Amino acid sequence: MANVGIVGIGHTKFGNSSEYDLSDVMAYAATDALEDAHFLARRKEVDQVVVGNMASGLFCHQSAVASALVSRMDMEPVPAELVENGPASGASAIKIGYMAVASGMADIVLVVGGEVMRKVTGWLGTDYVATMLHTDAEYNMGLTLPGFGGMFTRMYMERYGMTERDLALLAVKNHANGAKNKYAHIQAPCTIEAIADGPDASVVNTYVAEPLRMYSTCPVSDGAAALLLVNMDSPKAKDFPKKPIRIAGIASATDTHCVHNRKDPLMLNAVRISAEKAYAMASLKPSDISFAELHDAFSILEFAISEEVGFFERGKSFLAVRKGETNIDGKMPINTSGGLKSKGHPVGATGVSQAVELVRQLRGEAEKGRQVHNPKYGMSVNFGGFGNNVVALICAKE
Amino acid sequence: MALDAMEKTLRPPEIPLKPYPAKVITLASGEKMVVREAKREEVGALLGTLYPLFGVAKDFYDIVAVRMYSEILGWYRYRVANEFVLVGTVDGVIAGIVTSRHVTPKLGMSLHTLTIKRGYRVGAQLFAAKMENHLDILGEDEVYIVAESPNGFKRWMIEYELEDRSSLFPEVRHELGGVPTYVLTRPLWDAVRDVKCTGVRPVSAEDLKSSEKLIMPSEYPQIPGFKR
Repeated sequence: MANVGIVGIGHTKFGNSSEYDLSDVMAYAATDALEDAHFLARRKEVDQVVVGNMASGLFCHQSAVASALVSRMDMEPVPAELVENGPASGASAIKIGYMAVASGMADIVLVVGGEVMRKVTGWLGTDYVATMLHTDAEYNMGLTLPGFGGMFTRMYMERYGMTERDLALLAVKNHANGAKNKYAHIQAPCTIEAIADGPDASVVNTYVAEPLRMYSTCPVSDGAAALLLVNMDSPKAKDFPKKPIRIAGIASATDTHCVHNRKDPLMLNAVRISAEKAYAMASLKPSDISFAELHDAFSILEFAISEEVGFFERGKSFLAVRKGETNIDGKMPINTSGGLKSKGHPVGATGVSQAVELVRQLRGEAEKGRQVHNPKYGMSVNFGGFGNNVVALICAKE
Repeated sequence: MALDAMEKTLRPPEIPLKPYPAKVITLASGEKMVVREAKREEVGALLGTLYPLFGVAKDFYDIVAVRMYSEILGWYRYRVANEFVLVGTVDGVIAGIVTSRHVTPKLGMSLHTLTIKRGYRVGAQLFAAKMENHLDILGEDEVYIVAESPNGFKRWMIEYELEDRSSLFPEVRHELGGVPTYVLTRPLWDAVRDVKCTGVRPVSAEDLKSSEKLIMPSEYPQIPGFKR
């Protein structure tokens, strides 16, 4: 297989882009990535476009967005395909793009993840996202993703002794990072006193799905992110001025659609298996990773995923957070971008956005105050469904 | 008619209102927002705060700002009966304003809620303070409420589960045009007060002092590039 590198990155500011067309939002990110790679003028030389998007048909009443993007970018006749894998659509698109390059079928692939969710109300948006759950056993029973997040959190708290204050500590960390990230939806720091300890905390940090509160749940965001992948072994790789960031490992796994069919609902098997496969592909182990972007749609997932990928013992990650080990200057910085909690979560964009953050950190291009010191390997985990489709990615600075 | 007599005939009848006791709320940012009644002599700062928002069509800021401007001007010049104005300040800078009217001892009429500082639920806290004033301080039984923006509808009608009395139009109607009228009743307020309304009293002398002089915002997230 050919070595695959990332030579261009693009990202819109996450937030409210509901007045824009989805293909416009994705085109902004794609243009950004092509410019970063100094390849905008040669964009018709791209061999393949892969788009990650979860639900444009529902949110925007728009389908076939991959070919629409190519046309919007004036890139015809470049072939384009859409990848849909729930909130893991973005990383799945990267995986498909990676496979195209690694297999030799393409030398240059543009991967774009995007979602515009705020054209509909938050209530309707929550309903649309919930359509990824099992229709009869879950969705029709009224379950939503925040509902699952709440139940998962409650079970984790009871089993391991984590508290609501621990969730708030995570929010403080991620908001501090997001406040420094120019692409973040919510660039606003928060304090532990205000959202956990103070007399106004229960109202300021109100319940979303008990025991999950507003500061332990990601916002509903619009946005897009893009990567330009290149075959590092091809002569074409020399056309790009920036040193590629190599995709050292990428893998995905699937768990049961129904959460109740899992032996233990707290075990995120697809996370563990995808991470193990990515480590094996990269010939790395958890302790080699310099920093990580983990899918904290609900703060509890940052804890649980960080344990499944081997950064911490099971049930102990919140103790590491208490000690500041996941801060920018900690032993294992996590969600340096602000995570989904602060940076935002346009579902189809998230996996690509996480990869953009890996590249920014590995290039040393993150903003002052949130740049990890001399990172070598970055890892991301993009989590779809309630853990039934997961993609793990490891990027390396060469 | 003598001039003073004419002015008297133009002024609305007044019902003396109990003062709203100031409180302080710690926002998620850790900043302290003092919520207190605005004073008549502060009208200039309030109007000056609203004026730049007249051209912001997004999220209906233009309509709300213009209407609130007229409500505050009407209050100052004695053309609105029994109005009260609450203001939220952070380090003295106006973060949000609410206007409302005490119609009868039993009925309140919520006018407008305008948030300048975004992202910390300032509007939600000020709206709750307004309802607190109507139901807990002034002792009314219910408050008529309308929404002019989708955000307002979500925050008030849905989150408070307000009673929809729009089918009773025109017998029941909010005085802000013919917009469907929703009602916060005392039982509804009792059900949501603890999760919607917060704040510490009494306010420390230091915090009160920070709010003593109202400062107009120098920047508005709603108007990128604006500098006062």
